[in-house]
Amino acid sequence: MTTLQKSGTMIPITITKETVLVVKEQDVVPLRNTVKQCAVKIKMGLVNQTKLITAASELVRNMLRYAKGGAVLVETVSVGRNQGVKLTFQDDGPGIADINQAMQDGFSTGNSLGLGLPGTKRLVNEFDIKSTVGSGTTVTIIKWVNG
Amino acid sequence: MERIPILKMGQFLLVTIQVDLYDRLALDLEADLINAVEKNAAKGVLIDISAVSIVDSFMGRILGNIANMSRLLDAQTVVVGIQPAVAITLVELGLPLTGVRTALNVERGMELLNSLITFDDTTEEWDDDTDNDH
Ligand SMILES: Nc1ncnc2c1ncn2[C@@H]1O[C@H](COP(=O)(O)OP(=O)(O)OP(=O)(O)O)[C@@H](O)[C@H]1O
Ligand SMILES: [Mg+2]
Repeated sequence: MTTLQKSGTMIPITITKETVLVVKEQDVVPLRNTVKQCAVKIKMGLVNQTKLITAASELVRNMLRYAKGGAVLVETVSVGRNQGVKLTFQDDGPGIADINQAMQDGFSTGNSLGLGLPGTKRLVNEFDIKSTVGSGTTVTIIKWVNG
Repeated sequence: MERIPILKMGQFLLVTIQVDLYDRLALDLEADLINAVEKNAAKGVLIDISAVSIVDSFMGRILGNIANMSRLLDAQTVVVGIQPAVAITLVELGLPLTGVRTALNVERGMELLNSLITFDDTTEEWDDDTDNDH
């Protein structure tokens, strides 16, 4: 298994959690709404909300496209006084052989722009990807209210 | 089936996107718009996304496709009303929106379209001014 992390030094405490299944493109809008509700509940500003939901949209799109869907764990979390939304995208798809390559701007096996993963990483505060070829991929992101 | 309405205003087509599009709806809009450009021999397409709160790479690609395909049919495309938070996010995501002209609102977008079709042969010189609007 290969891993790549951005930040992620403190372990956040989970306040609420909910799992959303995504197996078809129409499931994307309800997922966005769930994420938005969480962000609003912890009073995240509009720009950070927009970044978070856009990041979620990219990751869920990858899940649908490369792994025929998966599950998204939507959590509100806290570290000290700072609250945030943590999203875990888990699929049982083909996995990613070379994560460093997949994280590069412009790399795509789907004949696309290849900016979903690197772009998502720029939009969030914490980013973690784990993937095992043949068994699936898990991407975890956190967007903090103050961050 | 659910469809985004396309309004005809003189030589222009006007689309106001009121909902956050899921993929099928966006792809239908792309196809419908190109057909409408052809059928009406439209000179310009104005897409108002002021009610859209999320533009991801897929949606961005659709906007780019519409602009590029319209250009092949001799029509100009202007996207108006990009929300500030959406603009910030697009830049950080790294989505170039190549070939998509933008304006602040519908009124400015109409002005831009009018100027683009009036000064058709100086089109290229307008590029830089408009792309930096946001
Ligand atoms: N959940 C996943 N399962 C398997 N492979 C994946 C998954 N997510 C991404 N990948 C691989 O990583 C590559 C890069 O993903 P990324 O989202 O950055 O770009 P893309 O999806 O190809 O293009 P874009 O997101 O710009 O449309 C993909 O082309 C694909 O090979
Ligand atoms: Mg992608």
